[in-house]
Amino acid sequence: MWARILSLIVKELLALTRDPRGRLVLVAPPLIQLFIFTFAATLEVRNVDIAIVNLDHGRWGREIVARIEASSTFDEVIVLSSVGEITHVIDSGRALAAIHIPQDFSRDIEAGRTAHAQIALDGRRANAAQILFGYINRIVAGVGATARPLPVLTDGVVRHWFNPNLVYRWFMVPALLAMITMLTAIVVTTLSIARERELGTFDQLLVSPLNQTEIMLGKVAPGFLISAAQGTIFIALAVFAFGVPLLGSLPLLYLAMVFFLAAVLGVGLFISAISATQQQAIIGAFAFIAPAIMLSGFGAPVENMPEWLQAFTMINPLRHFLVIVHGVFLKDMPALEILSNTAPLIIIASITLPAAAWMFRARTQ
Amino acid sequence: MTRPRQLGSFGRIAALARKEAKQIRRDPSSAVIVLFLPLFLLFLFGYGISLDAASVRLGVVLEERGPDARSLADAYANAPDFEVLLYPSRAEAERALRANELRGFLVIPPDFSQRLHARGSWPAQIHIVTDGSQPNTAEIVANYSQGVLATWSTQFARDRGVASTPAISIEPRFWFNEDLRTRYNLVPGSIALVMTIIGTLLTALVVAREWERGTLEAVFATPVSALELLASKFIPYFLLALATMAACVAAAIFLFGVPFRGSFLAILALTAAFLAPALGQGLLISSAAKNQFVASQLALFSGFLPAMLLSGFMFEIESMPEPIRAITAIIPARYFVTGLQTVFLAGDVWEVLLPVILKMLGLGAVLLFFAWRVTPKRIA
Repeated sequence: MWARILSLIVKELLALTRDPRGRLVLVAPPLIQLFIFTFAATLEVRNVDIAIVNLDHGRWGREIVARIEASSTFDEVIVLSSVGEITHVIDSGRALAAIHIPQDFSRDIEAGRTAHAQIALDGRRANAAQILFGYINRIVAGVGATARPLPVLTDGVVRHWFNPNLVYRWFMVPALLAMITMLTAIVVTTLSIARERELGTFDQLLVSPLNQTEIMLGKVAPGFLISAAQGTIFIALAVFAFGVPLLGSLPLLYLAMVFFLAAVLGVGLFISAISATQQQAIIGAFAFIAPAIMLSGFGAPVENMPEWLQAFTMINPLRHFLVIVHGVFLKDMPALEILSNTAPLIIIASITLPAAAWMFRARTQ
Repeated sequence: MTRPRQLGSFGRIAALARKEAKQIRRDPSSAVIVLFLPLFLLFLFGYGISLDAASVRLGVVLEERGPDARSLADAYANAPDFEVLLYPSRAEAERALRANELRGFLVIPPDFSQRLHARGSWPAQIHIVTDGSQPNTAEIVANYSQGVLATWSTQFARDRGVASTPAISIEPRFWFNEDLRTRYNLVPGSIALVMTIIGTLLTALVVAREWERGTLEAVFATPVSALELLASKFIPYFLLALATMAACVAAAIFLFGVPFRGSFLAILALTAAFLAPALGQGLLISSAAKNQFVASQLALFSGFLPAMLLSGFMFEIESMPEPIRAITAIIPARYFVTGLQTVFLAGDVWEVLLPVILKMLGLGAVLLFFAWRVTPKRIA
């Protein structure tokens, strides 16, 4: 029996890698994506343009303008001569923010009052605008402290654990490792079966001496092997090329990866079992992939979602695996925690794999 | 022998487009992809992707239990963005942070009140520890925590008559999105993502299937030219995608309550301009790949993922390193995201929309040209 399965696996691997273009798409795009996306993702706001209207004639208005101009955050500081021009620079997207320093600004400060400056920010880019406001607030507070030093009563000392400088790469590379291996696993399994069905060669397999379990194993194994190999390359790249610390247990990471891939392959197999054509299979795969990525906690934290949607994400293998990869890489997560996050993956795999097998039987008889 | 009726170029395109439309109607999976899938995805993204931290789980460790420390802990517990959990010791809080139960914790050290009342020499410190493995959230936790602390100390100073009138205050006003609901920005971004899936993936698949099955060879035996063939594929999917877009816009307005301040004409112009490169990319992929497996991989890696990560939808383009910024210039979704956010939130600002539309049309022309070049003119 094992010899039969083995020969089927070899045949499947050959079928996948025989076509040079097919071979290329398994290797090149994932690597290119890893590099591009890793460097693309950053939380800082840089190279933005900002506008300033300074109607104040005193020294504090000038001081603010000078400090803004000296900051490396801004690409260009556009000096406006009237408040009316603000609408245009913001509407046209020419500047992300516009600071307005009113006439009596310095006089208010000298008189011991609080001087009020205004800042208009482009809410179309709400996230960047918020971060930028934080920067500007810090600059302006600095000027305020120079103008009128106040006793400082408290001080919040911030420490970012597991990633002291908040290097975004450390977050991004493990996340991409999980995402891209998932994509490969899904696409390889779903499509290889759907293609055989469409071409009719699947029927030939059915009349061969292989039984259905053997066929399923033979079909799942290549996707598993290829994505596990890809995962291994990515882990090596994460550590040696991107300098991401790998603090936790590598064997436990692999253990979790085995169940993650099993869960994902189960989904892939199920999709291919219910689709009659390759086109349907690919659409089915997308209908799984897109929400799995968007609702995994990668782009936006799961706890920001409404309750019902948080419950729904429990069936998303990527969500659980992301906690594990980040935990193992950066947090040296204790074994018990890794296992308790692996448990949902085992449950998902032990539902999707038999369900897919049952579906196959139902569709082929 | 009766000569077949001679058709002009338009007649041939129309006939082929009609054939295409029939095919779309016959295969129910196409209907699923153009109507059900986009709404399903938009629904999940609209509810699922939010950067407005609703309840951040924050641990508090009181190493001092005086009234000041308690009052500060209460200030955190009452802050709307935090769900505060008390921990008896640093070690306990550390364990919880490692186990992903917390996003951060604060420690109020034993000398807190003493320093607070000593006033001046050393400020009273508190330690804010975040989970840096989630950098985005870590930053939010740090900023929120500092904010609560600052408000509390100002109040503390005021209550005791300590000089506390700051020299400068700066008031922000977020235009177009007063309450800073990230959903208002993210829903238009999600539409761009969904439309990329529909435009690029669907065309890539459909045409690759014809190559794979060899049905295109039959078409080459007819007087149809490569250009006419492409046009006949483009038109039906263009119309389908417009219908999808209409459904997405309706969902954005009525389901998610995103303000719509622009005009339907502007959004139609934007969508039409976007579909040129999106469909062009799909046609190019399919003609180059000629098989569905390769085509779907390429559509995934050149369409969906860049639209998600390089379009400005999730990460700011201006903050990316120079070479990657250069790459984003050829990603149509980037312009579509900017255009949609403007039409929805700001209105018909043609100064923004026109350049974006022209760039998308330019990209579309290039992609369609390449698609035409790689489409063979006759059977090899």
